[in-house]
Amino acid sequence: MNETAAVLHPEIEPAESPLTPESWGKLGMWIFLAGDAMSFGGLLAGYGALRASSPNWPNPMNVLGIQLTAFMTFLLICSSVTMVLGLSGARHGDLAKFRKFILLTILGGTVFLLLQAYEWTHLTHEGMTISGNPWGSSLFGTTFFIITGFHGCHVFGGVLYLSCVLLSGLNGRFLGENANVVEIAGLYWHFVDLVWILVFTFVYLL
Amino acid sequence: MAQARTQHVEPNYMNIFWALAVLTVIEIAVTYIPAHKLAIGTMLVILAASKAALVALYFMHLKFERPTLGIIALTPIILCVFLILMLLPDLTAKDRLNAAPPSPPAEVTTPAH
Repeated sequence: MNETAAVLHPEIEPAESPLTPESWGKLGMWIFLAGDAMSFGGLLAGYGALRASSPNWPNPMNVLGIQLTAFMTFLLICSSVTMVLGLSGARHGDLAKFRKFILLTILGGTVFLLLQAYEWTHLTHEGMTISGNPWGSSLFGTTFFIITGFHGCHVFGGVLYLSCVLLSGLNGRFLGENANVVEIAGLYWHFVDLVWILVFTFVYLL
Repeated sequence: MAQARTQHVEPNYMNIFWALAVLTVIEIAVTYIPAHKLAIGTMLVILAASKAALVALYFMHLKFERPTLGIIALTPIILCVFLILMLLPDLTAKDRLNAAPPSPPAEVTTPAH
């Protein structure tokens, strides 16, 4: 029956064919990321509205350290590259490559978090808190800490997630056909990188 | 069918990496250009959007997925555009309210009785 239908209508895909043929988990991750993107979108839109309606908004370029955050951006881009290389290792059954590059990705995320902790400490010592700062509108500090903090939580979650993938994959369980577990973790990690690109532009550079 | 879609040629990730690194350097350089704030802002938004697109299309493999998955990925962008459009009248209303206060108190000083 199915076969005749396929012959009569070769352009119709079978009903069981999902959007992501590799696994349902991948579709689930995409839907989660779409929702998460709206959280970040809401935060950034709110940031824009508050900034546009505050007459005494400080110039972020003068107040926040651009060199350090530019390096943090570079670090996250590098960790995205190590992530795809780790996935490539898993796909091709290369356990050593998988371990090396996923470990480097985790390391990149951890250094990012340490640098963010250093940056936050530095800024709070200068008098910037979530409720006020010496340079202008108190909402500058509020939005800065909420947005970078929300993103930092995502990086922390990603470091934990990738650590779990690395530890449970040490024995080679995610190689070859089973690499989609690594791919799904990678989707999350690249999303965190993508969001940082936007946060870096809107909160630090604009 | 599924095999054909998953077994695509892996893009050269190092090229994407260099593109992202160069775009980041350009972004920082743009902030030092002595141009109008709006012009710099527009350039920064375009640069950030192209970086985000590179990450989504190549690192997240969106370019090699089914188009319907791309629609799922696009929904937050569409909704955010609506959100910004809905916020715009509020911002202009605030300007009107800020400009308004001087006149009303004068009318209140004449009580009815």
